[in-house]
Amino acid sequence: MNSLQTPPLSAEQSAPDSRSVRLVRILLPVVVLAIGVAAWEAVVRANEIPPYVLPGPGAVFRTLVNDWPVLSRSLLTTLQTTLEGFVAAAIGGMALALLFNQSKWLEYSLFPYAVILQVTPVIAIAPLLLIYLPQQTAVIVCAWIVGFFPVLSNTTLGLNSVDRNLAGLFQLYGASRLQTLRYLKLPSALPFILGGLRIAGGLSLIGAVVAEIAAGSAGAGSGLAYRIAESGYRLNIPRMFAALLLLSVAGIVIYGLLALTSHLVLRRWHESALGKEN
Amino acid sequence: MADPAAVPEMSSRAAGLAVSLRGVTKVYDNGVMALGPFDLDVRKGEFVSLLGPSGCGKSTALRLIAGLNAPTSGSVGVSQPHGQARGGRAIGFVFQEPTLMPWTSVRENVRLPLKLAHATAAEANARVGEALAQVGLAEFADAYPRELSGGMKMRVSLARALVTDPDILLMDEPFAALDEITRFRLNNDLLSLWRDLRKTIIFVTHSVFESVYLSQRVIVMTSRPGRVGAEFRIDAAEPRGEDFRTSVDYAGYCRKVSSALAPLRQGQPVS
Repeated sequence: MNSLQTPPLSAEQSAPDSRSVRLVRILLPVVVLAIGVAAWEAVVRANEIPPYVLPGPGAVFRTLVNDWPVLSRSLLTTLQTTLEGFVAAAIGGMALALLFNQSKWLEYSLFPYAVILQVTPVIAIAPLLLIYLPQQTAVIVCAWIVGFFPVLSNTTLGLNSVDRNLAGLFQLYGASRLQTLRYLKLPSALPFILGGLRIAGGLSLIGAVVAEIAAGSAGAGSGLAYRIAESGYRLNIPRMFAALLLLSVAGIVIYGLLALTSHLVLRRWHESALGKEN
Repeated sequence: MADPAAVPEMSSRAAGLAVSLRGVTKVYDNGVMALGPFDLDVRKGEFVSLLGPSGCGKSTALRLIAGLNAPTSGSVGVSQPHGQARGGRAIGFVFQEPTLMPWTSVRENVRLPLKLAHATAAEANARVGEALAQVGLAEFADAYPRELSGGMKMRVSLARALVTDPDILLMDEPFAALDEITRFRLNNDLLSLWRDLRKTIIFVTHSVFESVYLSQRVIVMTSRPGRVGAEFRIDAAEPRGEDFRTSVDYAGYCRKVSSALAPLRQGQPVS
């Protein structure tokens, strides 16, 4: 990857070079994907592997189309859980960070427990949550548990990364706490918050999937992860692949949307969103 | 940082004084005595430079006057703002770096002190426009800081300090990071602003040439702890301009100030 980013030797070469580099960076992964899919199909056909052992990509795609009514409903369920978990994580993480920022006592008292919640594997917490909470709530809580910590720690980092001279300026002009928060700390923290949200988006999906899998044997769920577990019991391997494919795509889309949001919000001022030439 | 309530008493001991420091010392938490005891009187409308090597406490003195830090002992007096100063601030501060908010436009950066003082939108707009015009940046109001050169960023910082119409302008090595050509231009612009607006300016610098060119009075400071080492009155025909910069008088003043600075430098590690 680094070799593709070596700077061009002269200014005249720079424009076409960077364009071709970008094209190569898009084309290469596509080529790799095509080769991989073709090899997969070839291996399945050459060895006449039955679909209940390993379905070819063609069979997976056909299943995706044929089972679309079932799979799309599951996809919507999982996406809804993920979204609810993500929103809860975003609001919870930011609110907690703001509280910690205003009161050191609160931070000292509660931060260790936030860390404990983060380092305890969610797959181990999920079964307990399912006992004490209604299933839908338990799934959202799982998504929240894995998602809120990156938001909390990134927001805290951002709120503490305020330029010292700017803070002095606000003090000089007699800014209130609320004004300092609104006009100085939050905007300074914005790139960090957006970074945390980008991580939380993917993690919320993982949290939702973990909870669905844990709940799956209870049989009440209908999300994509539940479909995977259910299809596994029935040896419906093509559908497992199709559901997995949908989960991956969902993860990519979530990450892409959050990255795009971050870019749009920061593009006028933050280094991370500026072109290399600037 | 100091509690904003504990900052300068807004009364000066004598009429006609803008700033008055008496026996001021500052000891930092790590035990370093940065300043003092330090005495300083600055008349209203005066342009005074604090000159000294890095780490001599001149920035500390400025932060104490601004109320950004509290003195360990001694008293810091700052005159009351004239009338009902817009934004109610007697002091404008220009930092060593432009210290702009990168996430918003030049206009919003300059408007900040007024916004913090809850000024009305109409009044704020007028004052921001005026301040930007004073520093020659009227047509860059919608630009973002990163789109500006170093000199222009410093002008924005100056406009922000002027926007509340303060009586006293504190400047902490504002042009130190700029190239010489830009610095000369900003020196001239600052002098003409000072002549027009009649502000009291306390200007911290480590450049002998800059201090002599700009100020009516140059105070040479000693290091560790910072004290007044020598004081020079610079009498030159106003308005000063490029003629003064190339004059024999100017060279003479620079030689005198430099020679006062020289013994202070000896016996100290070069930093």
